[in-house]
Amino acid sequence: MSWRLWIPLLAFAGFLGLAAYQLTQPRDEVVESRMVGKALPYFDLEPATSGLPGAASDDFKDGKPRLLNIWASWCLPCIAEAPQLERLREEGATIVGVAIRDRPEDVAQFLERHGNPYAAIGSDDLSEVQLGIGSSGVPETFVITGTGKIAYQHIGDIRERDVPILLEKLREAAE
Amino acid sequence: MIAELGLAALWLAAALAALQLVTGALAVRQDAGTGEAAIADLTRPATVVQGILAALSFAALLYVFAVTDLSVKLVADNSHSLKPMIFKLSGAWGNHEGSMLLWVTVLAASGALIALVERRLPERTMQAVLASQGFVALGFYAFLLLSSNPFERLPIPVEEGAGLNPLLQDIGLAFHPPTLYLGYVGLSVAFSFAVGALVTRQVTPDFARAMRPWVLGAWVFLTLGITAGSYWAYYELGWGGWWFWDPVENASLMPWLAATALLHSASVLAARDALRAWTIMLGVVAFSMSMLGTFLVRSGILTSVHAFAVDPERGTFILFLLAIYIGGALLLFALRAGAVSEGARFAVASREGALVVNNVLLSAILAVVLLGTLYPLLTEAFDVRVSVGPPYFNPVGAIFALPMVAVMAVGPLLRWRKDGFGRIRKELALLAALLLAVLILVSLLGDVALLPLLGLALAAVLAVGSVMPLKGRNLRRVPIATWGMVLGHLGLAVALFGMASESAFTKERLAALAPGEATTVGPWTVELEQVAPAAGANWTAMEAQLSARQEGGEPVSLNPQHRTFWAPPQQTAESVLETRWNGQLYAVIGNQAGAGADGPARWQVRLWWKPFVTWIWYGGVLIAIGGALALIGHVLHDLRRRFVRRKAAARRREVAA
Repeated sequence: MSWRLWIPLLAFAGFLGLAAYQLTQPRDEVVESRMVGKALPYFDLEPATSGLPGAASDDFKDGKPRLLNIWASWCLPCIAEAPQLERLREEGATIVGVAIRDRPEDVAQFLERHGNPYAAIGSDDLSEVQLGIGSSGVPETFVITGTGKIAYQHIGDIRERDVPILLEKLREAAE
Repeated sequence: MIAELGLAALWLAAALAALQLVTGALAVRQDAGTGEAAIADLTRPATVVQGILAALSFAALLYVFAVTDLSVKLVADNSHSLKPMIFKLSGAWGNHEGSMLLWVTVLAASGALIALVERRLPERTMQAVLASQGFVALGFYAFLLLSSNPFERLPIPVEEGAGLNPLLQDIGLAFHPPTLYLGYVGLSVAFSFAVGALVTRQVTPDFARAMRPWVLGAWVFLTLGITAGSYWAYYELGWGGWWFWDPVENASLMPWLAATALLHSASVLAARDALRAWTIMLGVVAFSMSMLGTFLVRSGILTSVHAFAVDPERGTFILFLLAIYIGGALLLFALRAGAVSEGARFAVASREGALVVNNVLLSAILAVVLLGTLYPLLTEAFDVRVSVGPPYFNPVGAIFALPMVAVMAVGPLLRWRKDGFGRIRKELALLAALLLAVLILVSLLGDVALLPLLGLALAAVLAVGSVMPLKGRNLRRVPIATWGMVLGHLGLAVALFGMASESAFTKERLAALAPGEATTVGPWTVELEQVAPAAGANWTAMEAQLSARQEGGEPVSLNPQHRTFWAPPQQTAESVLETRWNGQLYAVIGNQAGAGADGPARWQVRLWWKPFVTWIWYGGVLIAIGGALALIGHVLHDLRRRFVRRKAAARRREVAA
């Protein structure tokens, strides 16, 4: 009978051990998106500007991995990452853009001023696609496999050192 | 100067806590027969003065925040000279150090209060209780003074403060944490009572009667704090939800569940001298859950939206305190509880039987919440990241919560000690018929998921069941404490109805509207009239003018804002609520959406129609009122008994003379 009285203490000791162990572990600051490994949610967006096609989730299922770039013409870091996107395109990446809450004329002006690395740009007025794939800001870049699965999420603007990483992830996604 | 005075008061309070521990412990060790050793006379005054000093220290902190003394590091980090006064003051506890000071102030004040007014316990137990209270306080004083000094000065005062999280600039915040702390830390009294009773092996019905008002008091504040916190999250975060199963919310729910179980088991102990060890255990667990919550929040060991003070070093310190206090109390329990005999026996079909079932179910819910909260910690040890949310908590919690509600409806109808269901078969048949009727009616009305459906039906059953004990009684002669029980249970029925209705019938609409356009949600038609800039003391905003009307009703105007604070820069959504008796219209304005090719600018508007959602919080308030009534009832009863006893003693003396 009396051994049962020790159960609470033992359970608590277990918790103490666990908590002490966790406190001594280094905290990793990077949390991987829970969307990685999942299929792109369905979307079918109107073109964000004339002269380029819109973007739809079905476009991603032709066996070829692509980059999905969430951006906007009103976003300053997007200007900073424009040269890196251009380099990615030169290295053979296909980049599909999703413009968040944007105006067609602003998009056109942005592409004219900073170059156009996009194969297509969809217009996401309500941030629906953005929320659907678990992106919380602009810019963000996703690697999508040839079967339309999310393979990698890059948060923030793409710096020079990120270009090889993204190319590597694209290669992995092709396998 | 004031800051230094506050710090000095804190050190003195810590010294008195140590004194209180020593004198209390010595008094317990000395002759158990008298317990009247001279040193024991020091314990109560030490406790009272400690409470006063802690309060002075907290007052000093309020003062430096009120005058925005920017040479104090805490003020510089968390305040700003431009903030309205009420938010300057609330800024004092909107941060780690200040809230810990509030924590120990409440701890010291509750100790002082028991020292002043508690006369029912045997003096030796009382000494042990105060020693335990001093011991707990000592650890938290050490924590404040050694690792979280709120009065730390900056070598060079800064020009301007770094502001306060604008989400926290809300009147709800001014009162929500202090209320919650009164509840959390008030439970320390139950903890010390349990420890004191274990030390002196005095677990009696009188002990339960003495403990019950203290638990009730803490429980009322905890109930109010949780209710207010839930409403605050609901309208301030602008997400439309009212409970997110966030670790910090769970940290407030777990002590509440334990305290609720404790209240009911203390009633069994007081009335029937049963459940002795169990009541002691719950007394230890309730405050342990408060401390565990503090650890989880402050150490940053779990990720949470509330994580405002993440620091592994502090986490280690609190874990150490946890090990001493919870570990010590549980060790004492393991060693001593065997000596506390189980007490009276009773039949299953009896008031005690129902209360035991209720206790087991409440404990099961507590275990479910505790497991869900700690599970990510466990899996992370094996390098697996999980986040546990509503898909786990809602159904698994409901497995135990719904039967508990059913037992709640029936239990108060049973008599103490021994009863049969045959005696109340009419009432049982009525409740069962009501359950079936609501189930059928609601499923005919529409497509409602299983849990909300059961919730609606059981809410109706509980509402009727909770007032049944009043049937056939002269309402004016019903004891106040019984009214408390009836109202408390009715409150839970009301809250459950609100929760089930919100989850079953909520309508949501997300639209991009240009001025002049309209959309519908539930029975409402909402038109965006225009969007205009607005400004306040430390923010600017885009304010939407919405005109909402129900079919055939007058239009009402709603003005949700998208606010931008400049100190520090941050954006928040200020939602607007239009409250009707049967629900709330909830409106949030978001960013500017893209314009059409040549059309005017459009704005994201998010609308919810939430039928009967407000009943969740009405229910919470009703539960708290029930608790307050029960508290008043017990205290009045006790005072009357003391009065009668004094009268009788005086009479005897007269007769003898």
